[in-house]
Amino acid sequence: MRGAVVALIALLAAAPASGRVAPFVVQEDAIAAPLDGLAGDPVRGEAVTRNRETANCLICHAIPGTTERFMGDIGPPLAGVGSRLAPGQIRLRVVDPTLVNPEAIMPPYYRTEGLLRVDPRYRGQPVLTAQEVEDVVAYLAGLKE
Amino acid sequence: MTAGRRTTRALLLALLWLAVGLLAGAAEIRPTRDYLSPELRRAQDDPSRHPGWLWVEEGETLWQDGERSCQSCHGEIGTMSGVAARYPAVAGDGALLNLEGRIDRCRTQHQGQPAFGYESEPLLALTAAVALRSRGMPVNVVTEGPAAPFLEEGRRFYETRQGQLNLACGQCHDDKAGQHLRGDVISNGIGTGYPAYRLDWNTLGSLHRRLRACSLGVRAEQLPLGSAEYLALELFLASRAKGQPIEAPGLRR
Repeated sequence: MRGAVVALIALLAAAPASGRVAPFVVQEDAIAAPLDGLAGDPVRGEAVTRNRETANCLICHAIPGTTERFMGDIGPPLAGVGSRLAPGQIRLRVVDPTLVNPEAIMPPYYRTEGLLRVDPRYRGQPVLTAQEVEDVVAYLAGLKE
Repeated sequence: MTAGRRTTRALLLALLWLAVGLLAGAAEIRPTRDYLSPELRRAQDDPSRHPGWLWVEEGETLWQDGERSCQSCHGEIGTMSGVAARYPAVAGDGALLNLEGRIDRCRTQHQGQPAFGYESEPLLALTAAVALRSRGMPVNVVTEGPAAPFLEEGRRFYETRQGQLNLACGQCHDDKAGQHLRGDVISNGIGTGYPAYRLDWNTLGSLHRRLRACSLGVRAEQLPLGSAEYLALELFLASRAKGQPIEAPGLRR
């Protein structure tokens, strides 16, 4: 609960400059509510996951059941992630893993504040849109053991 | 078993655990060649299969070029043995210079010539030819005295998360070396192979060009070639590389 209040205060404080990021509430290690109330689509989510220009998840993670070659091994394989984590937990980890673990190596995909030396072309924008995050969450939540 | 033997065994075990602890505590730095594919490693060692030698040969020609040539002061290029292993270094006027900067300063101050400029073909060629004379020698940069503030600046840059992807250099190059980004093996990022011929560039390029690609990779600002930030970072990378062999001109994917 205290975490949620702190996160909410942080968001309110950051609100003027974070125009492209919808507000969200962190509870425990999850963001329970879909961003902007959007519904995710797992088919689109798989496409986002595999897109080398945006999310580029496979540079670090392996996904099951594809013919992709050369998937990365920096992060854990994503097979079965939908059994290990609830959708809200997946959502938080895609939005910004440092909210769970400050030392996390995984980049934030829905954050614009508190980042240093951002390339001007990306400044003020998150890596993924709220819809893309929801699509990825829908896809990953469906990767059951 | 006697008490003496038991004590010896306990002592040996304690030493073993101490050694394991020390190894686990510090990131192990390995030469970049260890992370190359066997084919690429063989080609790096073989001038007949390494396109970087075109630049080396051009650089050796430039070394002797003109009335006030490099050779007219320094003698044969072989006198440059070990020099690249000591750069970047702080010059007499307090500026931090890498090998490229040192060569271009010689051009303007001692040869009365206009600077070649960063990433120009002649500067890459001369740098490659000079660096080759230190190939296999251990990196031995000075990090104390006037170099200390630059080293700290470089360390801060290295350890600071940056870019839209919020990554610090060490998160990959210390903690994940040997693991894979897609098909690429992450090295310790020590820069000992530069200038290097990169297959994805199809040409020889400087360490700073490579650093710009790193910045782009984490979606951070790309700083100018020869910028103060990249120079300080280059010194910090060299301090991490102390004792590692110079591989320049390297061959990279």
